[in-house]
Amino acid sequence: MARKLFYEDVEVGTEITPLVKHPTPRQFVKWAGASGDYAEIHYNHEAALANGQPGIIAQGKLKFAWLGQMMTDWIGDKGILRKITCQYRGMDLPGDTVTCKGEVTSKGIKDGVHYVECRIWTENQRGATTTPGTATVILPSRG
Amino acid sequence: MAEKALVTAEMMSQIGTESEDMVLEVEKSVVKRFVEAVEDPNPLWQDEKYARKTIYGGLMAPPNLLCTVIAGAGGGRVRVKSSTPRRGGVAGGDDLELFQPVRVGDVITSRAKLVDIQERVGKDGTRRMYTIVETTFKNQKGEVVATDRSTSISW
Repeated sequence: MARKLFYEDVEVGTEITPLVKHPTPRQFVKWAGASGDYAEIHYNHEAALANGQPGIIAQGKLKFAWLGQMMTDWIGDKGILRKITCQYRGMDLPGDTVTCKGEVTSKGIKDGVHYVECRIWTENQRGATTTPGTATVILPSRG
Repeated sequence: MAEKALVTAEMMSQIGTESEDMVLEVEKSVVKRFVEAVEDPNPLWQDEKYARKTIYGGLMAPPNLLCTVIAGAGGGRVRVKSSTPRRGGVAGGDDLELFQPVRVGDVITSRAKLVDIQERVGKDGTRRMYTIVETTFKNQKGEVVATDRSTSISW
């Protein structure tokens, strides 16, 4: 985490360091407790089926938090996450390997602030992009 | 258009409705439970000695914490009231903007507002209702630290 990322280190197309997750039912229950969101489709198989899901599925906001973790890991303590968005398009199930990925889409300086725009997403071992999104970060400059 | 619309005038009239304020103290234990569930070992969230040496000078809250813990706790939440119950629903997406860093120890007040309801027909011909709720988070100084625009989909 002590690693520093500078504005000058990234270019359009620079890959964000991926983050790999292995979701489990236990994690969904921990997330329910931590978040206070007890929607049953995330830990009760019958409730998930009744909702039209293939089984219990990862919470959207848990995947959003994984994308947030990927970004804060990548930018380090001197970078600022200014904006992060995502859409919950596909389901991720226990036993899946979910990899958070991203790449730089543009960079620019506005009012002396060094902004970097990124495309981010999660994908599973089936190759499906389940949570596409965007992120805007502010990075320190070597000046 | 034989199938009746999902979104009624009764629902549309609720656009603009605001929730009660919800207050959350960003305690160490709240952060601990959150990062343990995410499995995020970043020392900036939990290691006091480490955090003191950073530009922040102390423990910070992970950026995703507010829009999760506050929304989940049912506070800062607005629900569309309807005489016909929904059969199912999922989360659609989130747009989180961060204006100020949130420190462990901050007291955050949030309020949610129902900003839009849309009806869309999916590829399979199913009607779906998109509900968009915007939540504003303020710290103890009254500064807006974040906003989250959250979409949920129901049918």
